[in-house]
Amino acid sequence: MSKLVVASIGPASSVQDGGRPGSQRYGLTPSGAMDRLSLAAANTLVGNVPLAAAIEIGPFGATFTARGGGVRVGLAGAPRNADIGGRPVAFDSSATLAEGETLNLGFARGGSFSYLAIEHGIEGEPMFGSLAVNARAGLGSPYPRPLQSGDELKTQAASTAPERRIELPAATDAPIRIVFGPQDDEFAEDNKKLFLDSEWKISATSDRMGYRLEGPVIKHLDGHNIVSDGTVNGSIQVPGNGQPIVLMPDRGTSGGYPKIATVITADFGRFAQISAGRPFRFKAVTMAEAQAEAIKFHALLRSLPDRLRGIEDFGLNIEALSDANVAGQAVSAVDASTWQVAVP
Amino acid sequence: MATQVRLIHMAEPLSPPRLLPSGDAAITVEFSRTIDDAANRRVLALDRVISAEPIAGITETVPTYRSLLVHYDPVQISFDALGEQLLAHAAKALPTETGTRRWRIPVSYGGEHGIDLEDVAKTLKTTPDEIVARHVAGDYRVAMIGFTPGWSYLSGLEAFLHMPRRKDPRLLTPAGTISIGGIQTGVQCLAGPSGWHLLGRTPVRTYQLHRDPTFLLEPGDAITFTAIDAKTFAEQDRAAEAGAIVAELVTP
Repeated sequence: MSKLVVASIGPASSVQDGGRPGSQRYGLTPSGAMDRLSLAAANTLVGNVPLAAAIEIGPFGATFTARGGGVRVGLAGAPRNADIGGRPVAFDSSATLAEGETLNLGFARGGSFSYLAIEHGIEGEPMFGSLAVNARAGLGSPYPRPLQSGDELKTQAASTAPERRIELPAATDAPIRIVFGPQDDEFAEDNKKLFLDSEWKISATSDRMGYRLEGPVIKHLDGHNIVSDGTVNGSIQVPGNGQPIVLMPDRGTSGGYPKIATVITADFGRFAQISAGRPFRFKAVTMAEAQAEAIKFHALLRSLPDRLRGIEDFGLNIEALSDANVAGQAVSAVDASTWQVAVP
Repeated sequence: MATQVRLIHMAEPLSPPRLLPSGDAAITVEFSRTIDDAANRRVLALDRVISAEPIAGITETVPTYRSLLVHYDPVQISFDALGEQLLAHAAKALPTETGTRRWRIPVSYGGEHGIDLEDVAKTLKTTPDEIVARHVAGDYRVAMIGFTPGWSYLSGLEAFLHMPRRKDPRLLTPAGTISIGGIQTGVQCLAGPSGWHLLGRTPVRTYQLHRDPTFLLEPGDAITFTAIDAKTFAEQDRAAEAGAIVAELVTP
């Protein structure tokens, strides 16, 4: 039995997967990854199902040590400086820690959350079909709380499959797209325009429940108390102080502030990745556009296995080198063509 | 006791609900903008019709006081197509009380279990006993469950007990708290923040992992309370901790 031991980790880091939808009518929030595309990419790199449980790592650095055998990991999401025992490791690729080796991850660059998937998945006891941590409800496995140093994530020994990388669409700084509603009629047209025309920043007090926005004050037509109704990921509530809060996967299932708009499905992960303090804008789209984008996003998730490539662009592949040598072939460390593994 | 069947008779056909977009993967079907018992019955009726006659693409529904939030998969069905089917379902969703389950929930009122009982009595210019008597006499219904797992918002609080919420919400109130706030009363399951007035505590867990059922109450269930003393609370709390339901199902 191999395991990945958390040697050090920052706040806002927890085991997450596709979440546990289906019980929102009982007040149980779905939780799950902030950025599903990156979760799915990390899992695809190590041959897991796309929304399997992985480690969601917050903005700070983290280190992990393999014990009891080798551990293969897939890294995606916010890129970081990364190495295994001094050997550089690229993001959007897989890498293997031999028994006793340590993976060092630096601060997130250009994003907030990185995903570390473990080949064969993380062992745990699913609750409502999910290992995702929801600390307030005491749910999540193997630990119903954010990860701490000393925690152990059990898995099976790394396979001998070749390392992979994954080609993802280029990152974009385009505005975050929204559809207005469900309560945009609680706001005057000039305030809806102010919402769209302004630059916003995410406050440092944001968390997995909600991202607090800083910008101009958005005024309600008729007070800020409405009768509580249901919420979704990306609901943009406007409380009494006029500073919107975008609801995230650990949101309450109902809320009593008017919701001016909703972030579209296709842009939700990209929104979740915006770093605190970095300016961004919203852009309104029609329902037809939003749904066309949701269908494209779904197709992108499905296409991930077809986006896997060999590792050749990232320098030496020690394991492939060693495998090739064991096989008795003459290989050269400086001529990649002698040891590269062909990947369709 | 005869089966309760009560149709809400209307002089005119029911007005159609409003369909409000909640992003590209959910529709809020809104029957009213205020807390309104008739609207809540229509919400629950539509929820039942969707459960009986499923629409392909709907992934889950969340009843609230005045609207039904319908989550769906936009890959399977569009906003327009789903909206049309939801309006057709709403037109045949008659609010009835057929088959309503009724629970009797034990509550230890006052003292350390209900630290606001005396203040509530003072504010309403009566005695704590009178508050308890009125709260126990109420006939309530689960209007919605939300905020945190098992937090059940009940309609049916008599007007005498209506009180504005506290100016300073408490950051931590105990698991099982029975409280009043505005025109509502509620059964809170997990410890957590609350701005309501705390009248007592129930040993009943409306949500408990590894128990069957995990969630005890459903939106639409009828609720009455019964007063128990602190000693009974302690006994029933131990039983509930071990997985007993403790609440009594009066009518299935």
